[in-house]
Amino acid sequence: MSDGYIASMLGLLTPAVLETLYMVAASAVMSYVIGLPLGILLVVSSKGHIMPAPWVERTLGTVINILRSAPFIVLMVALIPFTRMVIGTSIGTTAAVVPLVVAAAPFVARVVESSLKEIPHGVIEAAQSMGASPFQIIYKVLLPEAKSSLILGAAITIINVIGYTAMAGAVGGGGLGDLAIQYGYNRFRTDVMIITVAVLVIFVQAVQTLGTRLAVSAMHTKR
Amino acid sequence: MIQIRNLSKVYPARSGDVRALDGVSFDIPQGSVYGIMGLSGAGKSTLVRCLNLLERPTGGEIIVGGHDLTRLSEKQLRSARQKIGMIFQHFNLLQSRTVAGNIAFPLEIAGMTADDIRARVAELLPLVGLEDKAGAYPSELSGGQKQRVGIARALALKPDVLLCDEATSALDPKTTRSILTLLRDINRSLGLTIVIITHEMHVIKDICTHVAVLHDSKCVENATVEEVFLSPKSQVAKEFVSGIFKADIPEELLRELESHSDSELVRVSFLGGSASEPMINGLIRSSDVQVSILFGSVDHVRSTLFGNLLLELRGTDEQRKRAHEYLLGQNLSVERVSYE
Ligand SMILES: Nc1ncnc2c1ncn2[C@@H]1O[C@H](COP(=O)(O)OP(=O)(O)O)[C@@H](O)[C@H]1O
Ligand SMILES: [Mg+2]
Repeated sequence: MSDGYIASMLGLLTPAVLETLYMVAASAVMSYVIGLPLGILLVVSSKGHIMPAPWVERTLGTVINILRSAPFIVLMVALIPFTRMVIGTSIGTTAAVVPLVVAAAPFVARVVESSLKEIPHGVIEAAQSMGASPFQIIYKVLLPEAKSSLILGAAITIINVIGYTAMAGAVGGGGLGDLAIQYGYNRFRTDVMIITVAVLVIFVQAVQTLGTRLAVSAMHTKR
Repeated sequence: MIQIRNLSKVYPARSGDVRALDGVSFDIPQGSVYGIMGLSGAGKSTLVRCLNLLERPTGGEIIVGGHDLTRLSEKQLRSARQKIGMIFQHFNLLQSRTVAGNIAFPLEIAGMTADDIRARVAELLPLVGLEDKAGAYPSELSGGQKQRVGIARALALKPDVLLCDEATSALDPKTTRSILTLLRDINRSLGLTIVIITHEMHVIKDICTHVAVLHDSKCVENATVEEVFLSPKSQVAKEFVSGIFKADIPEELLRELESHSDSELVRVSFLGGSASEPMINGLIRSSDVQVSILFGSVDHVRSTLFGNLLLELRGTDEQRKRAHEYLLGQNLSVERVSYE
């Protein structure tokens, strides 16, 4: 392998890796900013929980289901006008973050919901019996008790978002997926394809390993 | 003092409403250890959960310290709840917090400063015998230790009342005894009122001062434990009491007894000092009946002696009538038992 080859490969990979990291980080953060409160709302508004409001749960649940049933590639194209409205352009890496967030936030809401639902009802009742307010129950009981499950959920979410970013090329977002298609598929550069896939595998593996580690260290139950 | 007035609770259900409490009224005196007894499904848990409004009653009043809990706003209710501790069958500890962290929880909820919390936790740990477990997580504790954490947590805000829903039902007999002893000590040293729900008669017998018996969503009996043990009025209470002093008479013996046309079985109970021997002597002398003791036991109801005798009385109708008169004259509780 010549130095020239390595240099050209790095030249291709580096911007793509950075774009992917940027899209994943930005959309993961934004989708938690939106999805975490929604997930909490889904749980606390459910029947028998601390702030039962069946219509909130039903309405929110329906919206989430609709967003989650749209294939990402369709969502991305359909959201072009919305993206332009939010950030002024519908093309580019930042523009790709908007549909990524719209797709990931409902996913986050469901993942958070299922984590919080694992907490035994008795623990919540105990907090109520001590005079805890709904807000205190959320941040002193629900979130800390579900911590390790929430961390695992975050790992799953990030891995999912990594998958979505592969399609960001459709709106000129760039990234590793785009690189694989542009070079590996359109220009028959199998080597680029293989390396790109390898990098993605490493990303996914790293996120999962880190997530599992953090989740285990947040757990205080006997194993 | 907790006054329960005409309390009712209906759970709506698709298959028809479930009436879990139906016009329950009784008073829980300050400083008492009040047992609530009843078969499974009688409405015990519903009743105790109504006492801190974890379950909102469909009707009736719960008056604690002069205030009707059902009329409080959410905010007032939250501060009222800080004066009503509760412990649970399955402990309901926060798994993500240590023992000290769990005990600190209600103190944080009440908005105490970190220093005050530390000081209060340090007072509570020795009270429940967990000084060396402050840093342990619930998953590292035995059932009895978990319940001790539950008790410390419930006592943290110095409540006036402690509610216990089947607090010992998940524990082995030895641990149950140690938890009951702890509860009794707390009742004596802190003068706190304790409400204990249980389906285990021995729990009532060991530490309660009063008992209410629930049956089919109604309160069928409520009195001091001594009264209920000595002369249970309701059928359920009778079964509970005879259950604990079970007279297991072999079938053959019963069949043999049944063939005696001139005999009857009576259960004689006495409380306190009365000794059984002079009583039987007196019985024979005053009525000329033949007496056989089929079963006898002496037990303690709290610290009072509680005796139970199953006697066969043989003699003419007249003699047996005199026997009954004698026993009643001795202030003993007498109940005829059928051959079954
Ligand atoms: N949340 C609920 N929803 C519907 N029915 C309930 C609920 N809780 C209790 N019940 C019913 O109310 C009755 C009394 O229950 P409970 O108070 O738990 O009795 P106990 O504690 O004496 O066993 C039972 O028939 C039970 O099925
Ligand atoms: Mg119960």
